[in-house]
Amino acid sequence: MRLKETYLNAAVLLGLLAVPLFALVTDEPFTITLVTRAVILALAAVGLNIALGIGGLVSFGHAVFFGLGGYAMGILAHHAQTYTAMDFGAFSIAGTKVMPVIWVVAVTLCALVALLIGLLSLRTSGVYFIMITLAFGQMFFYFAISWAQYGGEDGLSIYVRNDFPGLNTLVPIQYFGICFVLLALALLLFHRLQNAPFGLALNAARQTAARVETVGLTPMHLKLVAFVISGVITGLAGALFADLNRFVSPSMFSWQLSGELIVLIIIGGVGRLMGPVIGACVFVALEHLLGGLTVYWHIYLGLILLSIVLFARGGVIGLLTGKEGAHV
Amino acid sequence: MSDPVLDISNLSKSFGALRATDDVSLTLMPGEIHAIIGPNGAGKSTLIKQICGNLRSDAGRVHLMGRDVSSFSTQARANAGLARTFQISELAMEDSVLENVVLGAIGAEARPWRFWRKALDTPALVERADAALDRVGLQGARDVICANLSHGQRRQLEVAVALTLAPKAFVMDEPMAGLGAEGSKTLTGFLDSLRDEAPILLVEHDMDAVFALADRISVLVYGKIIATGTVDDIRSSAVVRDAYLGEEA
Repeated sequence: MRLKETYLNAAVLLGLLAVPLFALVTDEPFTITLVTRAVILALAAVGLNIALGIGGLVSFGHAVFFGLGGYAMGILAHHAQTYTAMDFGAFSIAGTKVMPVIWVVAVTLCALVALLIGLLSLRTSGVYFIMITLAFGQMFFYFAISWAQYGGEDGLSIYVRNDFPGLNTLVPIQYFGICFVLLALALLLFHRLQNAPFGLALNAARQTAARVETVGLTPMHLKLVAFVISGVITGLAGALFADLNRFVSPSMFSWQLSGELIVLIIIGGVGRLMGPVIGACVFVALEHLLGGLTVYWHIYLGLILLSIVLFARGGVIGLLTGKEGAHV
Repeated sequence: MSDPVLDISNLSKSFGALRATDDVSLTLMPGEIHAIIGPNGAGKSTLIKQICGNLRSDAGRVHLMGRDVSSFSTQARANAGLARTFQISELAMEDSVLENVVLGAIGAEARPWRFWRKALDTPALVERADAALDRVGLQGARDVICANLSHGQRRQLEVAVALTLAPKAFVMDEPMAGLGAEGSKTLTGFLDSLRDEAPILLVEHDMDAVFALADRISVLVYGKIIATGTVDDIRSSAVVRDAYLGEEA
């Protein structure tokens, strides 16, 4: 059976809305939290999908942005809850518990860091690009571990979830709503961007840099901008993830997380609008269902990944629609 | 006499002890097709890369419309009006024919920083792309994925992308490569009509095409131009016959 991708996409989004609403009616808040987790991981992977799926940039260091978003939230909220200010010598900045403010800080920080990492790592390609992004990830990971002021290895706990004006974020369904809206906006951006002149040029640069140069465009510039947008979205997801758990730790910077984001995209479908969403749902479902049976549930994730890489290069979406995904 | 569109003077390039391009000078006049022929390994590809900015020259200059573009990158030379086609098709194989040509239009307008509006719903881009497809006769394959095109259609698409740039000069690297007799003939006719739009520097192995099209021919052997002249000059040149044409001519 061959599904049209548009219908599949709509079905996935509706499903993502229906499950928590059903859980609300049947009073199972844990299910809502579980779906929220999937939504946030999906958001992080939508970010990576811009660099990886359209631009062909296999970033093995996107945990940097996820972690930065997380720590932006953790540090700001930590200062707010301890009534201390961040001291920069000449001036000091107060903490905050307001989500939109935290997001702006996280997004700005990630844009700057992505610009720097991109400028350095985009000089390389292929396996060297993978390694250099991995190296950046590890740098941030060990820096976070050694940063004793903000919990070092133990991380930072935030007592109460941050505030969103007009909502009670401690109610699971309301926090789910915030995350879902942000995911929907990111998906809209991905969709528009992919089909806009920028996306068309970036997608061509992935396939043939020589052609793109010959029409007068610079592949490096296209990829750099894609990398920054990508990092920003993953960073926003990091801030939401930290707020979901009310906890930030260096593990948000870990290479395992970078790898998981790539795995999510491959499972769902590389370069496909809903690829990261489907991947995240599969991932969280496996983690929950199999994780309850065995601590070695990653074995099954590995088997799924193996069969997709071997037999269904377009991921779940490719399998259902009969169209292959982008070659990276 | 009018000024040359493309003026290449004293280009050289060495790889170690090998002089791939040795003091090459040539001009491309308005309305002209100037063919470069030469045996395999003569340095034709190296020369094209130097002209288009993919390879830095050891010495020599390239002027386009009187402007010194010697220090320009490939992209900057394209923006200045130099359109190259490749010997082995460089196309976005996963994309449709239309998308490939629209890429050219995006490059021609030098504005890829548009993130919201669909490229294929932008009239300025699509009109420019369609005009190019019409010219090369690929309109019928507009929505075909490039990987599914025949070899001949890919050659046509290469030219179509170059056309979207509305260039000052074309640099074509073996556009007939791999085409059958029929395809060569069609493309020869087409290139003949193209010279009024912009002159063509044509590197080509297909001698029938070269003799049918070229206003002037330069013969490149071991990185040096050993003769430049009209078709008749080159056909009757003893030097050229010895070095290259052999018994064929």
